[in-house]
Amino acid sequence: MQNLEEYKGVFVFAQQVDNVVSGIAYELLGKAKDLAKPLNAQVTAVLIGSDVKGLCDKLAEYGADRVIVVDDPELKEYRTEPYAHALSSVINEYKPEIMLVGATAIGRDLGPTVSARVATGLTADCTVLDIGDFPLQPVPGKESEQKHNQLLMTRPAFGGNTIATIACPNNRPQMATVRPGVMQKIDPIKGAKAEIIEYNPGFTPNDKYVEIKEVVKAVSDIKDIMDAKILVSGGRGVGSPENFKILEDLAAAIGGQVSCSRAVVDSGWKPKEMQVGQTGKTVRPNVYFAIGISGAIQHVAGMEESDIIIAINKDEDAPIFDVADYGVVGDLNKIVPELTKQIEAFKAAKA
Amino acid sequence: MKVIVCIKQVPDTKGGVKFNPDGTLDRGAMLAIMNPDDKAGLEAALRLKDQYGAEVTVLTMGLPKASDVLREALAMGADKGILVTDRVLGGADTWATSSTIAGAIRNLEYDLIITGRQAIDGDTAQVGPQIAEHLNIPVISYAQEIKIDGDKVIVKRQYDDRYHMLEAKMPCLITALSELNDPRYMTPGGIFDAVQADITTWGRADLKDVDDANLGLAGSPTKIAKASDKVRKGAGEKVVPDTPEDAVKYIVGKLDEKHVI
Repeated sequence: MQNLEEYKGVFVFAQQVDNVVSGIAYELLGKAKDLAKPLNAQVTAVLIGSDVKGLCDKLAEYGADRVIVVDDPELKEYRTEPYAHALSSVINEYKPEIMLVGATAIGRDLGPTVSARVATGLTADCTVLDIGDFPLQPVPGKESEQKHNQLLMTRPAFGGNTIATIACPNNRPQMATVRPGVMQKIDPIKGAKAEIIEYNPGFTPNDKYVEIKEVVKAVSDIKDIMDAKILVSGGRGVGSPENFKILEDLAAAIGGQVSCSRAVVDSGWKPKEMQVGQTGKTVRPNVYFAIGISGAIQHVAGMEESDIIIAINKDEDAPIFDVADYGVVGDLNKIVPELTKQIEAFKAAKA
Repeated sequence: MKVIVCIKQVPDTKGGVKFNPDGTLDRGAMLAIMNPDDKAGLEAALRLKDQYGAEVTVLTMGLPKASDVLREALAMGADKGILVTDRVLGGADTWATSSTIAGAIRNLEYDLIITGRQAIDGDTAQVGPQIAEHLNIPVISYAQEIKIDGDKVIVKRQYDDRYHMLEAKMPCLITALSELNDPRYMTPGGIFDAVQADITTWGRADLKDVDDANLGLAGSPTKIAKASDKVRKGAGEKVVPDTPEDAVKYIVGKLDEKHVI
């Protein structure tokens, strides 16, 4: 049995790729700071890589009180085994109460392996994290069994159609992967310093060390639409591949990316990786512009979890208006360029 | 060569999720299907069978009716189906599920285990890597291409801005993306044979080297504090502005109000 009392502090896996800290690491540090307050605990970033010590100050500026660095040539490119060994060794040595990992392509590989190795639970793709009681309400007659200061992890399931709040009351650390783009990073504190601990558990390659034969970067210059905070999405109503220019201009003005519906991909106007929907990607940006998209159920299934949906369509009866927070009936060819202009003016006035 | 494919029966969400009048999910109204990522994993295994004569065993954990997806897999060309079912295994989280499946797999010989990346009901993507960890074998998740080279497997693995060509010594576990391939259809002969095929059924007693403390609801470290079927967001506002300028003013106003710009 674990002695749960031994486990202290909120730890964050500070993902880096090519010695650049990923945005998710800062987001997790921001959230870790919130969680650490009621626990009266420290925030620790776990930095794993090769020649990465220079990144510690950045992590301090974004809220890390302490950085544990595992620096080894074996850790140059991400591979499951040496990284899982590094992170689980840190957990076993430093005993965190909470361990947060980004739900990125790396984190969703690393998290399950590490949680199984250290024998604890893992809640995937969390969108809300809180400190609270488990059970949420005391069971009559068993009030003393209610546990306090537990990590409550909320996540969508079933393609976003159900939500569950999950606790891990009897195992430590309480582990979660957290969806990128959901948590807020803090404004960096210039000149902040963290306590730095260098730790190396030793890396002896075995059969679990998969060999990287080849790394091919920038397979595409299209950024992943799943990472975008604002998506400007076009459908058949945009009319032509050339006319996507007005969507690209809007995306540039507002700091978003262009995506599209299946009809656009089927017409050969845009590549498949930009497609939102059941047979494309599921996206949950802060803002989703549906422009000239009628809103077939298959499309809606891929975007309805967006925080704010703004639809522009000339057909007043388009089903997209059933899920839009703000629907505008009108001609996209006139509205979109004007919108770009006004947003630029608005931003200029504010700057 | 021996390949084990782990598959799961899930409610179908294609063509829309069904809701009760009160906005909760109507699970009974949805068909049960083979999870899409798992089906791609099965197709990858069947291609290894076509190419190298691999023997393909499909394994699922679930209620007795989950044998339907095993029969579907047999009708597509799998050689053997194993159903792991037992009341004490119910309510398992990913830790308990992976402990159970690893306990079943320890009875079998294998060179390769293929699982889907994630199931469309839970979306966790955890069970595959956790099975590998319990069995102490390497895992390659999110496979886009699979090739065999002697006792090694070569896999194309996609990351955010790059892909890796990875080589692992077998035995190893691979998690498959539905983008990996287009699964074949069942054949009429295959369906006929599958209906009559024997499905091996295992219960708790058949699991090897697994502690009771790691099984079922009681053996699950994660506990549900609250669950709700999310009430679907209804329509918001809809405006029909007289001019494009009015339309833009409306949108900019909303973006400002919501602190987007």
